[in-house]
Amino acid sequence: MTRKRRRLYLLLACGLGVGSASALALTAFQSSLTFFVTPTQIATHHPPPGHVLRLGGLVQRGSVKHLLAGGKPEVRFAVTDGRDAVTVTYIGVLPSLFREGQGIVAIGSLGPGGTFRATEVLAKHDSDYMPKDVVAALKKSGHWMPAQGAPPPASTWWDKTRFSAAAAPVHAASE
Amino acid sequence: MTVASLASAPIAPTRRNLHRFANPGRFLRLAGRVLPWLAAPGVVLTAIGIVWGLFFSPADWQQGDAVRIMYIHVPAAWLASAGYAGIAACSVASLVWRHPLADLAAQEIGPPGAAFTALCLITGSLWGKPMWGAWWVWDARLTSVLVLFFLYLGHITLIRAFDNPERGYRAGAILALLGAVDLPIIKFSVDWWHTLHQGNTFSLTGAPHMYITMIYPLIFTTLGFSLVFAAIVTARLRAAVMERRIRALLLARAEERVA
Repeated sequence: MTRKRRRLYLLLACGLGVGSASALALTAFQSSLTFFVTPTQIATHHPPPGHVLRLGGLVQRGSVKHLLAGGKPEVRFAVTDGRDAVTVTYIGVLPSLFREGQGIVAIGSLGPGGTFRATEVLAKHDSDYMPKDVVAALKKSGHWMPAQGAPPPASTWWDKTRFSAAAAPVHAASE
Repeated sequence: MTVASLASAPIAPTRRNLHRFANPGRFLRLAGRVLPWLAAPGVVLTAIGIVWGLFFSPADWQQGDAVRIMYIHVPAAWLASAGYAGIAACSVASLVWRHPLADLAAQEIGPPGAAFTALCLITGSLWGKPMWGAWWVWDARLTSVLVLFFLYLGHITLIRAFDNPERGYRAGAILALLGAVDLPIIKFSVDWWHTLHQGNTFSLTGAPHMYITMIYPLIFTTLGFSLVFAAIVTARLRAAVMERRIRALLLARAEERVA
């Protein structure tokens, strides 16, 4: 075995050691590395009231209500992950991306009644990038109604918008 | 090398690997010839991509015009990781094969790599405020890129911190390889943990989650940034090789005078 080869194997062994050490460390700190908890995690783990945490999920459709709480405009909405939902109250300015069905992260704590009192609301945007006219074309051809859920797979946008005039909507058939 | 000479020397060519470029004269000649072919297309592609992305590409249906920050943010993020991967590769070449140019390359990739990482962090922050509602959050993606920035700064400092450059190269290489653990963490942070940062728009296996009219300018800026980065590193490396040569010449002349 040449010296070069020995140094290479030594380096590979060190890499393996460092790699597995960091993998173990990251697994051990899993819960603190995650940016937010989901409504299901709150329902199963019951964090103590007053404990500051970040709650993430989608704003449930039809749940957003604008109220007046003691003269201040309060927003009340439910955050859901599909299984469980947590009611959130918030007084303040909402980000412009906030709307029903949008992913958000609320920072605050659980009140005694199980209502989440947010001190800050952040909007999450998904990884889909579409021009406005493509959305309009998808809507017009009946391929996607934003109120009903996620857009169709990205691989189909091109065909569905380019040939939407020629092809009749095949929404029901393709689902 | 002709086919005939290859056939007559069956073993020799495989030994002539990357050490060919360890000859500084050969490297300077080659780098001088390559440099304009990196710099000119790099600047042109970047200019086209930025004008296209900022003025002519469509606005996003959710994010509106704020999406245009992407055409700078994404290439900067790609080069932040790619630059550090380059330093790590040079460090392996330095530690295992003692390749003399690898040391200099690791030293010269550092500053432009750190600059692109800073650009990525700044543009990300400017994008985060209007979209998320926060300049900065401590989620896994943002934090791991900030760690990468500090790794760059540490490497830049450490590799120049010794009177004997060889010791600096050795220490820098070890730091670079330890820090390389951060690269997969950056890449997979959005899959492994809940983050405020979006998940991957592009993947190796699936269709891109981006409309084609937005992909074109992104390809231009990504290619352009990469070529400009390569040009900067090549120019810095040339300067470093020449500097080393001048120092060696001065040293030899001084010794001659003493003798």
